Amino acid sequence: MSILESGLAFWNPIIWIFVFIIALALAYYFRSRGQKKYKKGTAQTEIFLSGEEPPEAEERHVKAHNIYWGFFETLKGYYKENMRAHTGIVNDYVIWFVALIALTAVILFVVGLIQ
Amino acid sequence: MELLVILLARDIYANGTVVYTLGASLPDLTIPGGYIVPVRIILEVDGMSIFMGIISATVALAAAVYSLRFMKAETGQAKFYTLLLLMVVGMLGLEFTGDMFNLFVFLEILSISGAALVAFRTRFGDTSEGGFKYIVISAIGALTVLFAVGLLYAQYNLLNIAALADVMQYTILDEIALALLVIAFVMKLGGVPLHMWVPDAYSVAPAPVTAMLVVSSQACLYALFRVCFTLYGVSLNMATVGWIVIILGVLSMFIGVTMAIPQTDIKRLMAYHAISQTGYMLLGVGVGLAVLGNAEALAAYGRDAMAGGIFHIINHALYKGLLFLTAGALFYRLGHRDLNRMGGLGHNMKFTAIFFIIGALAISGIPPLNGFASKFMIYESVYQFNPILAIIAMLVSIITLASFTKAFQSAFTGPQLPESKDVKEVPKGMIVGMGILAAVIIVFSIFPGLIVDNIVYPATDALINQAGYINAVMGGVP
Repeated sequence: MSILESGLAFWNPIIWIFVFIIALALAYYFRSRGQKKYKKGTAQTEIFLSGEEPPEAEERHVKAHNIYWGFFETLKGYYKENMRAHTGIVNDYVIWFVALIALTAVILFVVGLIQ
Repeated sequence: MELLVILLARDIYANGTVVYTLGASLPDLTIPGGYIVPVRIILEVDGMSIFMGIISATVALAAAVYSLRFMKAETGQAKFYTLLLLMVVGMLGLEFTGDMFNLFVFLEILSISGAALVAFRTRFGDTSEGGFKYIVISAIGALTVLFAVGLLYAQYNLLNIAALADVMQYTILDEIALALLVIAFVMKLGGVPLHMWVPDAYSVAPAPVTAMLVVSSQACLYALFRVCFTLYGVSLNMATVGWIVIILGVLSMFIGVTMAIPQTDIKRLMAYHAISQTGYMLLGVGVGLAVLGNAEALAAYGRDAMAGGIFHIINHALYKGLLFLTAGALFYRLGHRDLNRMGGLGHNMKFTAIFFIIGALAISGIPPLNGFASKFMIYESVYQFNPILAIIAMLVSIITLASFTKAFQSAFTGPQLPESKDVKEVPKGMIVGMGILAAVIIVFSIFPGLIVDNIVYPATDALINQAGYINAVMGGVP
């Protein structure tokens, strides 16, 4: 019931869950063997920002538009073209539709002629 | 309704395809005495149709339960539920009909009710725009389908799918009709480059309606498959059509996911992911279509690729439905969809956060969730067809995970923001709606073999078996 075969390999989530639980248990074991002198609520748990006063908690939250900045900067050219195509104007949507129908019909017609 | 669909499914899995002839003295009297072709409207439900019916009924149930609380404050409740049920009628009709003209009629029912529901909350300015765009593209798509049906009717004097498939001559007009049908359905299912209406409509619709829109797009995916596999079948050059579907699938996967990452409106982000995930389905089934005429390749990997794509349909309906409901929960409490203005909501909305994690991990194809199981089937089989396609599919999964990590981090983690400190968890009715989908996702994740063997492969085989579909209606005709 759980096994999924693809012809080349198989997938069994029960085995995966079993292995995952073992991995969790091992991780917990190694963690429990770690340093026990950690004290909550002391300087050990405070933020150190090169001597500067850290901002308030709510100001430290990274906003959605700042995440993956480097990714977008690297693919700036790709996104510029892509955003230009996404005009939000329904007339453009219909132009794409008509163009794709024409292209598909031509492809089918040409392939039909060749065969 | 869910119960009726399950009962019908039991019958089909035990006894094969079911036909119902409207107005006939006996339901299975598909061809009346004295005729050699069917003249009445026939519903024909095989493994693929009922597979889609199960999806539609399940998501509709969850959406209806969720709506009880989500829409409680809205006026026009009677209209809302009437339209919701009309949408279900459109979906099930589209999936169960054996008649091309009825397919157009149900497509129209689905589109009109869907557009009305997208624009239902008229107090928001953007809902009317979303509804308008949806009805424009739906009307154009449906008219294109009607034109294609007209081309077929003009040549063969037939509207029944099985009867048309039986006499198909593959003329130039048939090829034009095929191009019209394929592209009309690709637009309705939101495939790139005809996807641009999807974020506009999905993002402004009420959350339960967005979940229904996902399933309605999948009903159009079903119509595309039905036309390619059953109406036209193996005799035409399906390798070309298969490659067209594959290319559209790859474009949908890649452009969908790369457009999702920069979004800061959580529902637009999810809408672009819906486009991307549709690409996986097109890729898997497109590979099956491309090798339909090659029995060896079909047996070696084509059938598995199709099964992977079809399995992904049901998985997508579940996890995407769940994700849209979680987005609706955030909107219900915050009154906006802007990720830039969210943060720390996991402190107070624990159930919503957990449901979001389940949906996000499933859509990203992280084991052991159901999204991984269907993607695993797609990767393995598509790799044998063309390794580059499988690599692109894996890359898209990684970007999907990155995108949902961003969404989760923005909405649920971090310190509580001052404006959302008093936010509470959503009412129990909405949690139950999300819980239904989450529970089904977990069952599908733990027992993928059970699902694939009992409902996915029968659906796949029903699509491949064009003769079986034709014989269920035309069996008695020489």
